[in-house]
Amino acid sequence: MDALQQIINGLTLGSLYALIAIGYTMVYGILRLINFAHGDVLMVGCYIAWFGATMFGLPWWAALMGSMALTALLGVLIDQGAYRPLRKAPRISALITAIGVSFLLENLGLVVFGGRPKAFERPEIFNQLLQWGDLRVLSLSLWVPVITALILAGLLFIIHRTRLGMAMRALSRDLVTVQLMGIDTNRVVAATFALGSALAAAGGIFWAMKYPQINPLMGVLPGLKAFVAAVLGGIGNVTGALLGGLLLGMCEILLVAWLPELAGYRDALAFVLLIGILIFRPSGIMGEELPE
Amino acid sequence: MTRVARFVLVLGLLALIAGPAAAAEPVKIGFLIPVTGPAAAYGQVILESVTLAQTKLAEVLGRPVELITSDSHSDRIEAANAVNRLIMRDKVVAILGPMSSSECLAAGPVAEKFRIPLLTAWGTNPLVTQGKRYVFRTCFVDTFQGQVAASFARHNLKAQTAALLLDVSRDYSVGLATFFRKSFVAQGGKIVATANYSEGDQEFGPQLAAIKAQNPEVIYLPGYLPEEPLIIRQAREMGLTQPFLSADAAQADETLKIGGAAVEGLYLTTHFDEQGAGSEAGRQYARDYRQAYGRGPEALGAQGYDGYLILLDAITRAGSTDPEAIVAALETTRDFPGVCGATSIVDHDAVKPAVILQVKQGRFQYVTTVNP
Repeated sequence: MDALQQIINGLTLGSLYALIAIGYTMVYGILRLINFAHGDVLMVGCYIAWFGATMFGLPWWAALMGSMALTALLGVLIDQGAYRPLRKAPRISALITAIGVSFLLENLGLVVFGGRPKAFERPEIFNQLLQWGDLRVLSLSLWVPVITALILAGLLFIIHRTRLGMAMRALSRDLVTVQLMGIDTNRVVAATFALGSALAAAGGIFWAMKYPQINPLMGVLPGLKAFVAAVLGGIGNVTGALLGGLLLGMCEILLVAWLPELAGYRDALAFVLLIGILIFRPSGIMGEELPE
Repeated sequence: MTRVARFVLVLGLLALIAGPAAAAEPVKIGFLIPVTGPAAAYGQVILESVTLAQTKLAEVLGRPVELITSDSHSDRIEAANAVNRLIMRDKVVAILGPMSSSECLAAGPVAEKFRIPLLTAWGTNPLVTQGKRYVFRTCFVDTFQGQVAASFARHNLKAQTAALLLDVSRDYSVGLATFFRKSFVAQGGKIVATANYSEGDQEFGPQLAAIKAQNPEVIYLPGYLPEEPLIIRQAREMGLTQPFLSADAAQADETLKIGGAAVEGLYLTTHFDEQGAGSEAGRQYARDYRQAYGRGPEALGAQGYDGYLILLDAITRAGSTDPEAIVAALETTRDFPGVCGATSIVDHDAVKPAVILQVKQGRFQYVTTVNP
């Protein structure tokens, strides 16, 4: 029973990592840019939902939808303002800019929202306590993997079955050539940022429902962990991000469950995994071998 | 945006021009708290309360007090850097702060090096002042706090067995857990489980499962925000029904808001409570704070208020801003009528009462006061 409880915990945490990791991986796949501001976009998404729910009294699904839409817009604006001017600059410049955007959002958050954490209400549907014998599970813990699966299916549909997806896939192969083919790359990139940021908002909101507090620095650790998950799965690959997220979530939970005296090293574990995968299989679980 | 920047610049220049024109040279005191970072919530409470203290007492030795606020970024390395900056650049005569024990442990040696008195009102870990000549504290020590918690668990809650759940990344939490264990065992109790987590963790299922398996009668959780209320919520969701016993860092509005119904019944040891204020100074402070900020005072703020007043009291008795004279005066603080109760400084540490509170009907309610 105990093992089953831990596996459910791992599945939920892993699904949350996966939701966030997908946004990382999509942007990387197309622009070869690690968008370090992704975790902070997530934070903004949570605050938007929080304001929607507490100040305007929106039901949770409306707050979620509204937050996803506005966060998508934020993602597009960040791309326009910070990354697009650097499209032709060396990759490292864009990376440093991403870190700058991350700090900007964090500290703006501290100024605008204040440093004190805010309580995030968990909607009734996710707050049911299900009980079988000794096993007690929050309904949210079961919903999260389901919702992640649905979102991933939708995303895979967009990527493989629509014109936008085709353009995205082409762009990830060769940005310059695609431009020559008459595709408006800026629009495709903007769409990628919009999708990725909306997913970050969704991931963040479910994260905040599971761990019901939000603060301006809440995105830092999930952001870093999701980055590790994306690399584990093979950065640039959406299915890989899902696998990486689940693997990381499971590993973390099981480490603490089986070796409780090592619980303090849980974050270290994620980064040890990152170093390990970079040494032994840099392309990740699902990644393609990169030609030189 | 540029207009705002220009406005700030002009203000800054005006301050520069106006500064030296003041009649008496101000007494500069460094004030080091976490304005940003994970502990910013606490820093805000402290800032409000010390600002209130300064409006009550803005002069010492006939000179105005200038508080130079510096941000520790909730980070021990930044705290040490800030002490360096306060002493080297701002030429402060003494420093009030920093907040967490970890920050104090990093900042203390810097103050020692420059021979400037550093007075923390919050760092409760015993190591903070150990072997230091210039580092003092005006809050009680964790050896005392852990002991108070253990006696309460053993005698008031009648617990035979206890579990420890501690934040291994904080000196504060590790110290308290150690002293609780020592005292609880000495009083005939048994620690049946110990589990660790770190700052920033949000998932505590595995640790709580391990504790649940041992079925202790009480769980000692000397945690910080925001982990603490998350832990208690997850524990209740997992079906743990034991009472939680916590320490001073848990006394914040967020514990109640984030914890909701789950933190109902939580006990904690702390420095100050409005209802339990045993002195006129304490009751007056509570009234002033409510009037100024429209809500009740919190312990961290009351501690800062006392720290500020005790430091000014020492400077007054020293009769000068000479660091050695301030150090000597701090060491001879006896029964200072602080808002948290009578405070004496013995061997760099404060001796003062502790308060035990319990969360009832979504509020912290006074249970009892324990004198040293």
